[in-house]
Amino acid sequence: MAKIKLIRREKESPLARVLVPVTSVLMAFAVGWIILALAGHNPVLVYQKLYNGALGSSYAVSETMVKAIPLMVAGLAVSLAFKMKLWNIGAEGQIYMGALAASWIALNLGQSSGPWLVIPLMMIAAFAAGACWGLVPGVLKAYWQVNETIITLMLNYVAISWVDYLVFGPWKDPNSMGFPLTPIFAPAAQLPTWGDSRVHLGLILAMVIAIIFYLSIQYTRWGYEVRVMGESSAAARYAGMNVTKNIMLVMLISGGIAGIAGMIEVSGITHRLQQGISPGYGYTAIIVAWLARLNPLAIIMVAFLFGALLVGGFAVQIVGVSFSITQVLQGTVLFFLLAGEIFINYKVVLAHKEVL
Amino acid sequence: MDINAWTALLAATIVAGTPILFAAAGELLAERSGILNLGVEGMMLVGAALGFIVTVNTGNHWVGLLAALAGGGSMAAIHALVTVSLRGNQVVSGLALTIFGSGLSGFLGKNYQGIPMNYGFKSLDLPVLSDLPYLGAVFFRHDILVYFSVILALFMWYLLYKTKWGLAIRSVGENPQAADAVGIDVSRIRYLCTIAGGMLAGLGGAYISLVYAPTWQENMTAGRGWIAVALVIFALWNPTRAVLGAYLFGGVEALTFRLQTMGINLSSFFLAMFPYLVTILVLVVVTIRRRQDAGAPQALSVAYDREER
Repeated sequence: MAKIKLIRREKESPLARVLVPVTSVLMAFAVGWIILALAGHNPVLVYQKLYNGALGSSYAVSETMVKAIPLMVAGLAVSLAFKMKLWNIGAEGQIYMGALAASWIALNLGQSSGPWLVIPLMMIAAFAAGACWGLVPGVLKAYWQVNETIITLMLNYVAISWVDYLVFGPWKDPNSMGFPLTPIFAPAAQLPTWGDSRVHLGLILAMVIAIIFYLSIQYTRWGYEVRVMGESSAAARYAGMNVTKNIMLVMLISGGIAGIAGMIEVSGITHRLQQGISPGYGYTAIIVAWLARLNPLAIIMVAFLFGALLVGGFAVQIVGVSFSITQVLQGTVLFFLLAGEIFINYKVVLAHKEVL
Repeated sequence: MDINAWTALLAATIVAGTPILFAAAGELLAERSGILNLGVEGMMLVGAALGFIVTVNTGNHWVGLLAALAGGGSMAAIHALVTVSLRGNQVVSGLALTIFGSGLSGFLGKNYQGIPMNYGFKSLDLPVLSDLPYLGAVFFRHDILVYFSVILALFMWYLLYKTKWGLAIRSVGENPQAADAVGIDVSRIRYLCTIAGGMLAGLGGAYISLVYAPTWQENMTAGRGWIAVALVIFALWNPTRAVLGAYLFGGVEALTFRLQTMGINLSSFFLAMFPYLVTILVLVVVTIRRRQDAGAPQALSVAYDREER
């Protein structure tokens, strides 16, 4: 009688490391196919709309890129925390806080100062605001082992309510005809765009952050420490590393980078603060980071895929499918990815029971 | 506020705490067996959507409730498959479950947003007890699920601490190697506890869409699943403490709602933050006050690998 047996590999299988994510995406679309068919939709038509909406024209591709930019930045933000096994699922709130702080600068200084002052100040403010939102759970975790997953998630709701308060109240544009929006930013507070498209300077910024991230994790002493602490905080403490300090530092930087994602969204795309500034970028970023196996350069590429999924998700609404189908696909990708990880770390062999 | 307003507020507290109690009891059971399931929010949403959809289509809220149980249980089964059999990361799998559940409930419930609900659970006044002055109005004039949630929590306490199954569940959560050595099937217990936990999360979600709201709105659980996860920590993994905790959070929710309708001079957006800020505060205070990790099952969120024992 044959039985499946798992043997732990000495080293991760490089082939599986590439095959598993690719297969996961394909399998998720297969599951999506079944769900769509069961719900009475025509999967071929829906996927066709999805593809055309996301990649079918040069405009579609540019829109996909627009959605990919905040996913890249937020994906980088959470993957830094994940490297240390700090479960920062508060990127969504950190994005809102970054957008809030950047908007404050834009609304107050945008008219009177030039872009060389306003844009960097917006970035600094956004980083600081996101960093605060990450530092609070970081400090609680570092000193008292308070569960960071729940705190970061709860802070998302607080940040969103705060932005809602401002755009419905004190910051509301008097000429908005009741819509929850601030006045439009002055040109000095807007990121330059690429030609006629909405693709903005944030793309370059995302790549710069990715490269700095990659180099500092791979080649600096601090990066080495972060990797060791992610493997085992006990071992890191034994080796004399300051785990407490690094938990706070990593949460601070992670939150700050997510804050930048909020800044580039208001400065590059909406040019104002408004309700629902992020349609869940902070959550999708978690999947982007995991699918890229926390590799900053892979995050840039994976973010395009999920940008495409978001843009395509808007397109499928025309044929009566809920935008929520994109979330179904996202969750499913993650399941297959986790399930597939066993092939990366284990060798699967058929063993005969008698032999055991 | 006069005394009647207070009794109304306390009665609303019990109702608001009930869905959180169901979800927290379920999560507590799973965590006791060593499985952390952060998918509570997603399982509640699917329970809420399925409960509502099936009730509207069959005209029978009991059938709707069964659908919610099945939905929550099936989702938890995915989590169990990924984390128990395939040893995947429990945190990430739970997050996947929340994202998946939020999407699936929105997808299924698309055509059910805001439609009226004419079925549902009627108030069941307990004889004699419901006539008690004030106490009757607060505790004994609720629907049957409110009473069931309390009985369930007490039963779970009995199960965990007074039966041999409870001993097995706790030992699997504390030290799976030792449990395995005495012949307890670790995987099987973890599967059962996780799935039962998911069914209760589904039930909690259905309570919101069938009784508390009663309607279907996308993401209508609004973080209650996460509050339930926090509540398990607050309860120090003890079901009887979870009852008190659920009513504490229910009280915050009921009070927030009451203040909003009273037209208090504070923006409703700040009031909306209130339950989340209280959750943070409670979690921080409880974590700092207890000795580190006291109460948490030792093997929580650690996959069990027989070969490596």
